[in-house]
Amino acid sequence: MSFWDITLELLSGFGFTLALFILTLIFAIPLGLAISFARMSTIKPVQSVTKVFIWVIRGIPLMLLIFMIYYLPGLLGSQMFNVFDHLDRYFTGVSGSLELLRYGSFLAVLIAFVINYSCYFAEIFRGGIESIPQGQYEAGQVLGLTKSQIFTKVVLKQVIKRILPPMTNEIITLVKDTALANAIAVPEIILCAKDLASIKAIVWPLFYTAVFYLIFVGLLTIILGKAEKKLSYFKA
Amino acid sequence: MFLEVKNITKKFGETNVLKGIDFGLEKGQVLSIIGSSGSGKTTLLRCLNFLETPDTGTIFVDGDCIFNAADTGKKSSAEARENRLSFGLVFQSFNLFPQYSVMENLMLAPKLRAKEEAKKKRLKKATLNKMYAEIEKKAVSLLASVGLSEKHNFYPCELSGGQQQRVSIARALMLDPDILFFDEPTSALDPEITGEVLKVIKGLAAHNMTMIIVTHEMNFAREVSDKIIFMDEGVVAAEGTPEEIFASENERLHHFLAAFNGDAE
Ligand SMILES: Nc1ncnc2c1ncn2[C@@H]1O[C@H](COP(=O)(O)OP(=O)(O)OP(=O)(O)O)[C@@H](O)[C@H]1O
Ligand SMILES: [Mg+2]
Repeated sequence: MSFWDITLELLSGFGFTLALFILTLIFAIPLGLAISFARMSTIKPVQSVTKVFIWVIRGIPLMLLIFMIYYLPGLLGSQMFNVFDHLDRYFTGVSGSLELLRYGSFLAVLIAFVINYSCYFAEIFRGGIESIPQGQYEAGQVLGLTKSQIFTKVVLKQVIKRILPPMTNEIITLVKDTALANAIAVPEIILCAKDLASIKAIVWPLFYTAVFYLIFVGLLTIILGKAEKKLSYFKA
Repeated sequence: MFLEVKNITKKFGETNVLKGIDFGLEKGQVLSIIGSSGSGKTTLLRCLNFLETPDTGTIFVDGDCIFNAADTGKKSSAEARENRLSFGLVFQSFNLFPQYSVMENLMLAPKLRAKEEAKKKRLKKATLNKMYAEIEKKAVSLLASVGLSEKHNFYPCELSGGQQQRVSIARALMLDPDILFFDEPTSALDPEITGEVLKVIKGLAAHNMTMIIVTHEMNFAREVSDKIIFMDEGVVAAEGTPEEIFASENERLHHFLAAFNGDAE
């Protein structure tokens, strides 16, 4: 196999990596915001339940969470409930592919990632929101702003400025965590490289995958750094 | 009386912070509130500005009841917001919005109000733009009146404390409050720049702005006030014209003022 063929092969795996990354962000950011509000709720039971939930999710290794989501439905008694496996087979059948397409497994991984990352994001959001001085809310109140105006027009931008550095960290960790998808055989980039090593006895692509990660993380660092710089015109 | 405050009480847990505050104020007058730390001055101001809800009491402005603790039914939030705008409040720590320029700080609330009004009354876009232009004109003239014409596009972090406080006074004035409240407007400032803020407040007094000022600046209180209230442990312990207050025989007040004179020397 030529260098070019291998690059293409790895790129197809990187597609899964990218999709997992982007979809996780799309779902985990709003869900994280909702969880952070529940965590800060003045209704005691809501607050306590959320606290325990966050503790459990952050305490469980992400890989274990992936296994749990993937295998749990099947343990409910009947093969029928083995949804992710059924989805894998269904998509394979529809596409007429000779290899098993792991879209169902991908869905299981995505669910695990969204749950896991929304909890981490929620704690970052909470930290950001709680760090805004009470005086900002009170100034808004005294000027007759509504609660939602205070949040969107006064507090939000300050919160974004404060959470950007920890979010950048978390987002970069997310890029690398996508490799965990290979725990249930979703063919992300490292699994592709591993297959090349075991089937075709070519080991170097495994090292080559690092280039893909480095370029992507480099791009993210530049973009998020730009955003941070854009918000540096004010102090908060 | 333009403002009538009756029997305001406030408890935090088991502590009675305000034990029944009564006072009145005529339109165009300036009232200073003095008293030792912890006597409840800030709490009173926060109660009058609805940042805290008093346990009992009533507040009347110009004969209209804007707060009555005995009212069972909750006021609609729109009505509560409308009532709150009879008053403006200037904070000790300015609380400017850091992400907005000086002009934007002044225009944020009025513009949001104009937009809401335009939506409710289905006004044309052109009418709204006219309202925005009015708001901008007003902001420019208020900034000039607090001596900050050169700072329109500055951000709060680029201003000195005294300048920030003057911006926050202008911001409060944008909504034309009937009464403007100040909670120790100069205590967060270096002594050499308190003068510029006090000058602005004196200017407002000269234009008959009705004001209530919590302050530790005794000379300023004496000069600017029509009336002074001395608060002690949650009650109005003495009340009168500056002359009456500074000549009072009230022992606690005497003690309090003596401590200040000691400081001044
Ligand atoms: N949110 C609160 N919860 C509990 N206690 C409070 C709260 N706010 C104020 N207090 C208490 O109420 C008392 C009066 O406080 P307040 O801030 O009104 O005093 P002050 O006269 O403004 O004092 P200072 O001159 O130091 O500003 C204090 O004993 C304070 O500890
Ligand atoms: Mg105070």
